[in-house]
Amino acid sequence: MSAHVDSVKTYVLVFLALICLTVATTAVAFVNLGAFSVVAALGIATCKMLLVALFFMHVRHSSMLTRLIVLGGLLWLAILLLLTLGDMVSRGWVGVPGR
Amino acid sequence: MASESHAHEETLALREQFETEAQQKDASTLGMWIFLITEVMFFGGMFLAYTVYRRIYPEVFALASSSLNVYIGAANTVVLLCSSLTMVLAVRAAQLGKTKAIVAFLILTLILGGVFLGVKAYEWNEKFEEHHIPGASFHFEGMSPDQQAHAQLFFSLYFAMTGLHALHMIIGAGLLLYLIVHARRGVYANGYDTPVDLIGLYWHFVDIIWIFLFPLLYLIDRHMR
Amino acid sequence: MITAAAQEREHYLNQNYGLKSWLLTKDHKRIGLLYLFTVTLFFFLGGAFATMIRIELLTPTGNFVSSETYNKLFTMHGVAMIFFFLIPSIPATLGNFFLPMMIGARDLAFPRINLLSWYLLVVGGLFSLFAMLAGGVDTGWTFYTPYSTTYSNSWVIATALGIFIAGFSSILTGLNFIVTVHRMRAPGMTWMRMPLFVWSTYATALIQVLGTPVLAVTIILLFCERVFHIGIFDPALGGDPVLFQHLFWFYSHPAVYIMVLPAMGVISEIVSVFSRKPVFGYHFVAFASMAIAVLGFLVWGHHLFVATQSVYAGLVFSFLSYFVAIPSAIKVFNWTATLYKGSISFATPMLYAFGFIGLFTIGGLTGLFVAALGFDVHVTDTYFVVAHFHYIMVGGTIMAYLGGLHYWWPKMTGRMYPEGWARLSALVIFLGFNLTFFPQFILGYLGMPRRYHVYPDEFQVLHVLSTAGASVLAVGYLMPMIYFIWSLRYGAMAPANPWGATGLEWKTPSPPSLHNFDEMPIVTHEAYDYSTVIGEEIQVG
Repeated sequence: MSAHVDSVKTYVLVFLALICLTVATTAVAFVNLGAFSVVAALGIATCKMLLVALFFMHVRHSSMLTRLIVLGGLLWLAILLLLTLGDMVSRGWVGVPGR
Repeated sequence: MASESHAHEETLALREQFETEAQQKDASTLGMWIFLITEVMFFGGMFLAYTVYRRIYPEVFALASSSLNVYIGAANTVVLLCSSLTMVLAVRAAQLGKTKAIVAFLILTLILGGVFLGVKAYEWNEKFEEHHIPGASFHFEGMSPDQQAHAQLFFSLYFAMTGLHALHMIIGAGLLLYLIVHARRGVYANGYDTPVDLIGLYWHFVDIIWIFLFPLLYLIDRHMR
Repeated sequence: MITAAAQEREHYLNQNYGLKSWLLTKDHKRIGLLYLFTVTLFFFLGGAFATMIRIELLTPTGNFVSSETYNKLFTMHGVAMIFFFLIPSIPATLGNFFLPMMIGARDLAFPRINLLSWYLLVVGGLFSLFAMLAGGVDTGWTFYTPYSTTYSNSWVIATALGIFIAGFSSILTGLNFIVTVHRMRAPGMTWMRMPLFVWSTYATALIQVLGTPVLAVTIILLFCERVFHIGIFDPALGGDPVLFQHLFWFYSHPAVYIMVLPAMGVISEIVSVFSRKPVFGYHFVAFASMAIAVLGFLVWGHHLFVATQSVYAGLVFSFLSYFVAIPSAIKVFNWTATLYKGSISFATPMLYAFGFIGLFTIGGLTGLFVAALGFDVHVTDTYFVVAHFHYIMVGGTIMAYLGGLHYWWPKMTGRMYPEGWARLSALVIFLGFNLTFFPQFILGYLGMPRRYHVYPDEFQVLHVLSTAGASVLAVGYLMPMIYFIWSLRYGAMAPANPWGATGLEWKTPSPPSLHNFDEMPIVTHEAYDYSTVIGEEIQVG
């Protein structure tokens, strides 16, 4: 599939970035950011995921089809989460007549 | 009658249903990516359950999460990331046909994976001793009886999700062993690197799952404790 | 035209003999037949349960079976029919056999995974069959919690385990088909030249791959809850039973499109051949298949309208449910336009296609009825819904499946089935079907609940009509069983292209050779280009 052979240096740099992000997410957890804590944690996790996917899994060299598949998977996960949470969150917004 | 179209002898790199090696590699890679998407949806159901209950019981989840050792969790995350590095270096070595390097990096990956699982076993054992395993003997210190059930929910999800993840790691370890055996025989010395590549994708995917599990399970409102 | 006697020529059926050559085959055609055999067994198992249900419902009081047994009957009918018959039926039998041939491939991308898929279905089926024989399961095929997790005393886990395993069969088949369509098309076989059956099967495969894993994890959680009482679906422990329903229906709604999309693909093929016209609006039909696959994932909440799902979520899901009807309607319009000014012949496959178009339309339109929140509140959990989905599953999918079996039977077996008996069966099935299920719309509208075996006296007439219809339907289904088997020995020898169809599968002998094509086909024509088969007239009068 990919004739690209990435250099060891590239991989090590990505690895170091991943370690830094791990340290960062652990440290940030001890800081009171209120509701933003979750955003920060998921944001950092997403960055790590992108690094692993793009570099270690070679998505940055991959075909359009592969990228479409990855996006499709994430999109479908989003559908599952968002529509279900949409129900959970909006319960009780409309009162029941007579009660 | 014209002979059946065995246009070629079947080899590992070119099975009889394919026309060219490139087609086979392409198809196999595509197949692995689709499989990984099914895994995304599979874990996704558990992530949904987790999200739903964390939303409903935020304080209990935070308290329960704080009983997990964040430093061990972080260290284990680093171990897994190291194993991803060694894995991608094994894939690179396979691309270059360097048998000794392939074997070395695969063995390192396997060891690191083993360390991860060992640490997990230690953590689980800790939970067992603290009576945090869901079931008849579950008890979380410092919580009211109402909250016990909700804390049990947290730990159920914790064990289910890390357990499912560990199962995938164990399967990955088995796949690594398979690769090591074949690599040592020189199977990947001549440009046929597809199995290493594909199992590498699998390994990285399992790593990505942990990349999300760690903050979601270990890092809930740590600043409060 | 090739009329080589099947006995002399080597083909995929006679090239190797013996049990091992079947049980260890990598040939997609043999695997398709293995599936045909398996799903037929489960069809009759599900039919047996249906028979007992309909016998019980002849009278308003419960005197044939107890309530507990009745609960088991409708549960096991649903489980057998949905997971072990309908879901695999068209994709794993006709899809396995013909998808590679239609695109000019020697086999699927992963033949051994294909065989594994069959074994998974068999093993899963055995687990569920064991559960059925050991005492049955009574939760409904929907396994709603907390009944299934906390209160039911039946074989929930064994049944669910069987479904779990069969789910992987479905996932792997889907994966195989997707890769095959992307990477194994013959030269010149562009996406827009593929037969519409391939488009439908591809769209189905997408659903299988994206939806079934969620069912798998749902079953795992069900298992954990039932065995360990973790509380995830138990309100007494802080859990939410509706979460189960969300997870369950996230798969099970798209599952109904797994069941109907391949059927639509079969109909596209049949309508074209027996009108001797290309399918009208090929592009629209192809994209409609994809649209159904995508939109089908956005509507699952319409199964939760009265389940304490929020009203706003109900509104969103209801709204989206109307959209998913649009591509289905597009297909029906296009099939109709294909028929218009076509040279119609009423061979058996076409009779089934006509049946499909009419019955699917009724089933689909009643889907719009129940998609409306206000209406659904009254008819949910009544026989109206039962009739709605049986019109689609039985009047739609099973008709298309039978149509496809008849259409491709000559190719698969090298034999013609007896046309006279086949047409009669089609008629019997059509009449039996309508007599069985039309009264159920009325019953449901009048308030007859589903899953009840005791009912008010005034409903008895309609139930008796329904049971009478079921008897006729049963006869109708038995007839093809008999004459198909008869044809294997005594049927007329089939030529390569008895219908004068286009499509690469008809360019091979009947039955095909082991590797399908002697030489790699090179495609130069659009799909359904009947100028390429002038002179190859339909063989059946």
